[in-house]
Amino acid sequence: MNSLPRIRLEKRLDTPRWLGIATPVFSVLAALLVIALIFGLLGVNPLIAYARIFTGAFGSLYGLSETVTKAIPLMLAGVGLAVAFRTRVYNIGAEGQLLIGAICATGVALFVPGIPDGLRLPAMFGAGALGGALWALIPAVLKARLRIDEVLTSLMTVYIASELVNHLVYGPWKGPGEWGFPYTDKFPLAAQIPRIGITRVHYPTLILALLAAVLAYILVQRTRWGFEIRVTGENPEAARYAGMNYLRTVMLVMALSGALAGIAGVGEVAGIHYRLRYPQGISPGYGFTAIIVAWLARLNPLGVILTSLLIGGLLVGGDAIQLAMGLPSATVYLFNGMILLFVLGGDLFTRYRIRMEFPGRTVVTPVRLEQEEVG
Amino acid sequence: MPDATVPAVEMRGIVKRFPGVLANDHVDLTVRAGEIHALLGENGAGKTTLMNILYGIYHPDEGEIFVKGQRVHIRSPRDAIRLGIGMVHQQFRLVPSHTVLENVVLGLPGNFFFPERAARRRVQEFAQQYGLHVDPDARIWQLSAGEQQRVEIIKALYRGADILILDEPTSMLTPREIEELMSIVRRMADEGHTVVFITHKLDEVFAVSDRVTVLRQGRVIATRETAHTDKRELARLMVGRDVLFRLEKHPVAIGSTALEVQDLHVRNDRGLPAVRGVSFSIAAGEILGIAGVAGNGQRELVEALAGLRPVEKGRVLLNGEDVTNRSPRALVQRGVCYVPGERIVGTVPNLSVAENLILKTYDQAPVCRGIFLDSRSVASHADSLIEQYAVATPSRETPLKLLSGGNIQRTILARETSGEPTLLMAAHPTSGLDVGATEYIRQVLLSQREKGTAILLVSEDLEEILQLSDRIAVMYNGELMGILPADQADLETIGMMMAGVHRTP
Ligand SMILES: Nc1ncnc2c1ncn2[C@@H]1O[C@H](COP(=O)(O)OP(=O)(O)OP(=O)(O)O)[C@@H](O)[C@H]1O
Ligand SMILES: [Mg+2]
Repeated sequence: MNSLPRIRLEKRLDTPRWLGIATPVFSVLAALLVIALIFGLLGVNPLIAYARIFTGAFGSLYGLSETVTKAIPLMLAGVGLAVAFRTRVYNIGAEGQLLIGAICATGVALFVPGIPDGLRLPAMFGAGALGGALWALIPAVLKARLRIDEVLTSLMTVYIASELVNHLVYGPWKGPGEWGFPYTDKFPLAAQIPRIGITRVHYPTLILALLAAVLAYILVQRTRWGFEIRVTGENPEAARYAGMNYLRTVMLVMALSGALAGIAGVGEVAGIHYRLRYPQGISPGYGFTAIIVAWLARLNPLGVILTSLLIGGLLVGGDAIQLAMGLPSATVYLFNGMILLFVLGGDLFTRYRIRMEFPGRTVVTPVRLEQEEVG
Repeated sequence: MPDATVPAVEMRGIVKRFPGVLANDHVDLTVRAGEIHALLGENGAGKTTLMNILYGIYHPDEGEIFVKGQRVHIRSPRDAIRLGIGMVHQQFRLVPSHTVLENVVLGLPGNFFFPERAARRRVQEFAQQYGLHVDPDARIWQLSAGEQQRVEIIKALYRGADILILDEPTSMLTPREIEELMSIVRRMADEGHTVVFITHKLDEVFAVSDRVTVLRQGRVIATRETAHTDKRELARLMVGRDVLFRLEKHPVAIGSTALEVQDLHVRNDRGLPAVRGVSFSIAAGEILGIAGVAGNGQRELVEALAGLRPVEKGRVLLNGEDVTNRSPRALVQRGVCYVPGERIVGTVPNLSVAENLILKTYDQAPVCRGIFLDSRSVASHADSLIEQYAVATPSRETPLKLLSGGNIQRTILARETSGEPTLLMAAHPTSGLDVGATEYIRQVLLSQREKGTAILLVSEDLEEILQLSDRIAVMYNGELMGILPADQADLETIGMMMAGVHRTP
């Protein structure tokens, strides 16, 4: 007789608190386990690889500073996405909103004369946030007004934004001083975000990101808009019944997540590159990786601070092993993909209980046996 | 034929604790084979929990279960189904966009290829045998609550259930559908099925059951042969005191017209005319009852008045102001309160009781200060309503979905009737409430009336309508068949109007 246990899912009525924390942790561990297997198949010792990743990301001052640097855009975009996903507004276009933010900042940095030096950077941040917000409102309006699914439209706006950047850096904004590279001219000093020492940590953006996380948390938990966000996300019908303005809520969270992604874009061009470049040169997909960051934090804006550092570290560590162990550059994507897969899959455990059923033991058991068991 | 000497179900010493509640406290329940056993008890008494344990949704902390004489461990609904136990929940769990047939076979093992012909034949057999008539090819969303319930019952029978648990099966049904259900249940019992029937309505207990068990606060108070007890005794067992079944309705000076509806036309979800030229008015301090079989446009009428459904033609005046097609928000701000017929519309199950209680006042002082919610005033608001409406909940922070059905209803009522509404619309406000709570809610409606609120009451329960209303309108096929002063209304006249006979005063 076949004696394999059968596995069954059972719905949980409520999620214990510890599970909410345990699930993401175990999801990441499970992802790492599977990737270890893949490393093994590639002939790489996974333990060594993981050790390298860890030391690469957190083991040196340089690594640590790079981890923080990469966490900045992830944190900004991730906070916005956490709020949007809470509302069940699936903004997949943070990458595009980030690029638009970068374009707007560049425009203000290079092509708007007459701004006093001290106001140049604030103006760039403002323009980037505004640009990102407006860009995000395109899918928002389509969703709220015409009921077009925002997943598709927000994704499509990424490609438009990306082509727009290409057009600008190969065309009208191409810098004469850049030897034919698809770059704009370098930003003037007043348009460069200061960094900590010799690192690339552009700390004003970091402060903005931390502030955003805290404010977003307060927004969701303590304000009346946050209440609208939670009700709309949990039960849109009840939101309508309560007289909440669905259109306004969708627009609000889309604009918010767009603005934060836009600020992330400002940070990248004005804090790292000091110029607008081809899209992949500005962001290696931070806007997409931020989706993982948000889910891993279980859509809690404060959690995003942690998860963005974790994923930032993975990006840095991933780079390190690419160089040191000769792994393909897609390795980092492998990490991202696996983690997202396991985090989304792991969500199942918060809603269902897994039970094993052994065919040998049927439901109806003789009284005697059971009593022993109950004891 | 079932063996009459061995009970179909025997539950012994069942204990189930939830955080902060002892939902079942050493419950003993014996259900004889082939009987219809009514389960009675106040809201939160633990009826659903006990049956969820039998159906394998919950696992008892203590106690043992015997099914057909054998000791069993029921670890999931699938185990229960294997033992021949089926359950129809308070909230149906069908897939709206699928057909009846698809829903019936859904989730069955070995059905990878849809065994359509065989399934259709069985469904037709059930229709013949028990009177479970329903079109196998209709999609669920097209069906009335009563028809959906039949699909649930067919689903259980299809899985071989000979012990059927019905959790408040009549709370969503029209009186006609209730009668049909009763006859279905009786026929099933005649064929040897065992039925556990949860209800709050004493009439139903006497109409259908052989024996009745009363639960109070998680404990079994008594089990009686139905023939050897009466309404009064059951009510006392259930509540622990004498229930009056009497309301104090004082005469009220009718105020000025609060709501005026002129030639209203509204469409239903399928885009068909549902309300066709309805006109009426309600004065401050007056209760207008709308009687009628469900599905005759009552729901669309009330939703249009709440701003949730567009008015196609006609006008709605609130205290003289034209509010036709204004947003729900605008109406809420003008003091329009609405107790919806379906609980899911008016609640957010995953949010706490306290948060559900501020669903409509979250942006007004004192709950809201500037842009912030004042958590202390949210808490005190919740505490006072929980106490005033006797909502049984472990705490105000408990997610609403963990409350019993009747306590969820109380939460909605607390929110909608505690303020000083201009217009209060209540659809089936006492559905799912126990006798004590029903009495209390009716009293609340009457005292709102005395405070000068205009009240629109939609109910299937004619007794309720007659008891509370000052005037009674009957709706049939989207039109009002006439409006009668309560003292001229009798069951016969209303019954005729509900069947579509016009009557002009
Ligand atoms: N999953 C749960 N977690 C916590 N408490 C629960 C849970 N399920 C039920 N309860 C509590 O257990 C008690 C009994 O609930 P139950 O649903 O069995 O009542 P009921 O008799 O069916 O009432 P009603 O007539 O209102 O449907 C209630 O106080 C309820 O709040
Ligand atoms: Mg119940």
